[in-house]
Amino acid sequence: MTTTEQPPADARSHAPDPRDFLALDSLLTDEERMIRDNVRRFVREQLLPQVPEWFEAGVLPREVASQLGALGVLGMHLKGYGCAGASAVAYGLACLELEAGDSGLRSLVSVQGSLAMFAIWRWGSEEQKQEWLPPLARGEAVGCFGLTEPDAGSDPGSMRTRARRDGSDWILSGQKMWITNGSTADVAVVWARADDGIRGFLVPRGTPGFTTQDIHRKLSLRASVTSELLLDDVRLPAEAMLPEARGLRGPLSCLSEARYGIVWGAMGAARSCYEAALEYSTTREQFGRPIGGFQLTQKKLADMVVEVGRGTLLAHHLGRLKDEGRLTPEQVSFGKLANVDAALRVARSARTVLGANGVTLEYPVIRHENNLESVLTYEGTAEVHSLVLGQALTGISAYR
Amino acid sequence: MKICVLVKEVPDAAVEKRMDPSTKRLDRSGEKNLNPFDTHAIEAAMQIKEGGAVDVDEIVAVTMGPESAVRALHKAVSLGADRSVHLTDPALAGSDVCATGYALAQVLKAESPDLVLLGQQSDDGECYTVGAVVADHLQMPSLTQVIKIDVQDGKLRCERQAEYGYDTVEVELPAVISVGDAINEPRYPSLKAIMGAKKKPLDTKSAADVGIDPSRVGEQGSRTAVLAINPPPAKEPGEIIEDEDTDETVQKIVSWLEERKLLA
Repeated sequence: MTTTEQPPADARSHAPDPRDFLALDSLLTDEERMIRDNVRRFVREQLLPQVPEWFEAGVLPREVASQLGALGVLGMHLKGYGCAGASAVAYGLACLELEAGDSGLRSLVSVQGSLAMFAIWRWGSEEQKQEWLPPLARGEAVGCFGLTEPDAGSDPGSMRTRARRDGSDWILSGQKMWITNGSTADVAVVWARADDGIRGFLVPRGTPGFTTQDIHRKLSLRASVTSELLLDDVRLPAEAMLPEARGLRGPLSCLSEARYGIVWGAMGAARSCYEAALEYSTTREQFGRPIGGFQLTQKKLADMVVEVGRGTLLAHHLGRLKDEGRLTPEQVSFGKLANVDAALRVARSARTVLGANGVTLEYPVIRHENNLESVLTYEGTAEVHSLVLGQALTGISAYR
Repeated sequence: MKICVLVKEVPDAAVEKRMDPSTKRLDRSGEKNLNPFDTHAIEAAMQIKEGGAVDVDEIVAVTMGPESAVRALHKAVSLGADRSVHLTDPALAGSDVCATGYALAQVLKAESPDLVLLGQQSDDGECYTVGAVVADHLQMPSLTQVIKIDVQDGKLRCERQAEYGYDTVEVELPAVISVGDAINEPRYPSLKAIMGAKKKPLDTKSAADVGIDPSRVGEQGSRTAVLAINPPPAKEPGEIIEDEDTDETVQKIVSWLEERKLLA
């Protein structure tokens, strides 16, 4: 026989908090919560007031990297070399708060910490780590990561950028495309085909033959610098190569790190849209009552809070797996596929709640919605992540 | 110089504050945080330390509160304090402002600081008075609503927010200074500081450890008693000035402000 216990008085009198409906904060340690609160406050007070202007102007000032460095979020999940060594969950929480500001802010931190810094930290020589990681962590230096090419996107193995030996030197030639932080970077991690497979190289800004060109006319991720890297017989010393990386495993390991941050970040963008819609629906009146009182709007809000809660819970679970060293790339694909898709649905639905106001920069929704179109495609397209899952399920690769 | 900063754990600003009718005390069951006013006091201590006019040996965060108040101390340390002292004892529960001031003064006597800093008010009790009580027990000069501190020849030159303008006051050390929230913009703690907070020394003291007379603290030792709690009266509606003639409207607003002496 079972008895139904009355919930304690406390639980009955406190309705769930709309901003944390599942009380997911209770899953966090005090330290994780302090880190999260700090990044949240920083984004809200220091960045968010300017984000719409940056988005409109299509810029992201260089000082943002220094500010984020002072805050300590650049490479925060790495250990040593001036990095804080925070947990994967803490790093994820920071990504979420940054992307609740703008996907461009999270992209800067992802590219700096998970792509450029992680590549050096994981595959670099001791000298390379000493030289680059501390200034990158402080935000005094900016890093970028050059893998994608005009004709090599989902299929990075088809890259045409070459690295050939000349004595002990390396000569790099080729072109990289869609490179976040490209023109602001002090050091570019460039992947190129060498005789013995794909190799990574550290190319400092100003190296003869190395130039960048920004990509303009984007209607997404406008508060983010996106560039082409042009490598015209760039001569590099032998020490410029990342000694520990050979083959696609090198760059793919970095991408898995960055995708992990997106699993969290997408939920930041989703939360921002959901909160904007919730606020708007309780203040906007039509037919003599708040639109939040209409069933169709309530259905939208309910679907949004479900997506945000479920996606954040998923991110949290993957974060704990990562902290235990058990997270697989396929699980990261699951998270990126699921959460970016969910975030886009939340953004689109939130936009309809805001009506015409939803298409302006007065509200964050259309900005997030447009940004998420890039997030859907970069760091592995939704299609490729589906195929990763398909292969994991069937054992059959659909693309190789 | 040794600076002690008094801090307090309070209900988070996002939590709706409620009184517990059974204890007639604030319901502290929800999310808690470091009193935001105290972050200005810590920042003031940091600016004195970094300002270079005087050598600051250490900044010590001091709190009185239940076990959970440790989190407020961790936050204080992440903002720059070198170590912290936690006065915690069931005997202290229910202490009023006078009893709290006495208890904190006992901790401070053991620390013998050159300067005691605190925020102008707690975000929950909002009494604005603990600094003065502490100063009285320590027989130190006390200033409130300080919005600028300069260290000169071992003395403090402070600007104090007054009803009209500022008073400039010179104070001998040691002193107890309650700072206004206009004094500075508290920094964001760095991630490393947050993660290092738990590694900084934290002393836990009982009432007996600092020689507190049990008859002077707790609900029994408090000289005030809460007889009843009532919701505040509803706010009077504001005055709406319709803008029909702009010159006239401006005149109305100016005279409204002048009546309240809000124009310099």
